[in-house]
Amino acid sequence: MTGAGGMVQDGAAAIEVKALHKSFGALEVLRGIDITVRRGEVVCVIGPSGSGKSTLLRCVNLLEEPTSGTVRVAGVEVTDPDVDIDRVRRRIGMVFQAFNLFPHLSALGNLTIAQRRVLGRSRPEAEEVARRNLRRVGLAEKEDSYPARLSGGQQQRVAIARALSMGPELMLFDEPTSALDPELVGDVLAVMRGLADEGMTMLVVTHEMSFAREVADRVIFMDGGAVVEEGPPEQVVTDPRHARTRAFLARVLDPAAADVLEHESPPSPQQPSTPTNRQREPKDGPREPF
Amino acid sequence: MSRRNRTRAIRTAQYGVLVLVVLIVAFAADWGELRRAFFDVEVAKKQFPDVVTTALVNTVVYTVLGFGFGLALGLLLALMRLSRVLPYRWLAVAYIEFFRGVPALLVFIALGFGVPLAFEVSINQYVTVMLALGLVGAAYMAETIRAGIRAVPRGQTEAARSLGMSPARAMVSIVIPQAFRIVLPPLANELILLTKDSSLVYLLGLSMDQYELAKFGRDALNQNRSLTPILIAGLFYLAITLPLGHLVRRLEARTARAR
Repeated sequence: MTGAGGMVQDGAAAIEVKALHKSFGALEVLRGIDITVRRGEVVCVIGPSGSGKSTLLRCVNLLEEPTSGTVRVAGVEVTDPDVDIDRVRRRIGMVFQAFNLFPHLSALGNLTIAQRRVLGRSRPEAEEVARRNLRRVGLAEKEDSYPARLSGGQQQRVAIARALSMGPELMLFDEPTSALDPELVGDVLAVMRGLADEGMTMLVVTHEMSFAREVADRVIFMDGGAVVEEGPPEQVVTDPRHARTRAFLARVLDPAAADVLEHESPPSPQQPSTPTNRQREPKDGPREPF
Repeated sequence: MSRRNRTRAIRTAQYGVLVLVVLIVAFAADWGELRRAFFDVEVAKKQFPDVVTTALVNTVVYTVLGFGFGLALGLLLALMRLSRVLPYRWLAVAYIEFFRGVPALLVFIALGFGVPLAFEVSINQYVTVMLALGLVGAAYMAETIRAGIRAVPRGQTEAARSLGMSPARAMVSIVIPQAFRIVLPPLANELILLTKDSSLVYLLGLSMDQYELAKFGRDALNQNRSLTPILIAGLFYLAITLPLGHLVRRLEARTARAR
């Protein structure tokens, strides 16, 4: 059964993470993660800081090398030492919290350099793709601007356009709005929403609960280097089953209410965590539909 | 004494010392003799145009040659220093420590005698000059460039790699261009030092038409029994180094603004 299920998954899974462990020295950041992201799916990863969300994301394109476990992206096992990771990374767009635009290049230069140097496209060809993607993120008029001249929100949209210019099959977003002033968050989320509507496969680490609720097909709540709860947003964000998820959401959505909640319903007694987990697993297991 | 009075007294004493020193120097020095030695108009006239067409031009050419070679070698050494291959790191460290620790004078003498011994055919004088100045300059520039490369944020490499660039491509297209912008002020400083170090190339043994400013000045000093050519040579060095120094300050200000 597992074998047959696995084969079906390979056809439809954009990202498949199995038994992923990652340690930095003695610090175990990921303690056995299993997740699958299907083609066209938008999955948001939420959780307190230090829960390993970003590390998980960075393991997907091997910016961090997993300690053990396997990661398959678009059918290629990236954790296999014989795989040419540069080839796989071309197919994975990544957007960083700190934007990481190249400050010595204009917006257009940021979008064309990898197209030309990695994909071998000609300059006119690369510029055409770049302009199309700048239009897509609403910054067509900024092609000659250097990153230092752009606002944070504009920089992040250029960074998204840069990733898109490589024609990725899936996109990873590592807290894309966390470094932005509140009034600039909306533009970036709108671009991401547009991508989701176009059917882009997206794995998004975020603190934007409204985005997760409205855009995600599935939400994963992580804590302490493990997946605590996962399922459709209306379940995980709106009606979480797990006490730790509830406590986290209460803190994020309404910091003032968090204390009250923690005092009124102490999580520990209500938390026979193993049975609850077992109970829930069949219901929200993402693999079951296949 | 009140605070105001004390400040005033200290200020007065400071100016008093300055005036005293100036007076002593002014009265003790033999101004007539100095003027004859350093400001001999006839001797000064004789230096032109050679001091410009030969000496100044050579100084600039030697410096540019040495700087170009030193920059390339310095970049190579910096990359070796950051390499994962241990022997490369050793070699780079040994080179840098050696050439920073030994006086440039000795390097020039060694090259002046060593190069003709090593190569039976006499190699181009300009090549020897380029080697001598570049070998010493590279050691300093390597450390500067290494610091620049390390100052480029990790996220830049990560962004480049996540776009599918190989480590080498990310280094060449993304990290090194930014590293050079960061180290532009100290590199310009290096150029100033190298301009002055070019005065040592006489140790390599040069013919008349290869004299640079310092050697030209000393030669003219012997011929004319006047220090005027030395003053002229010094002024031409300043004509090179002062604008460069100004450039360094402007670059530093620009870097400070960019942060």
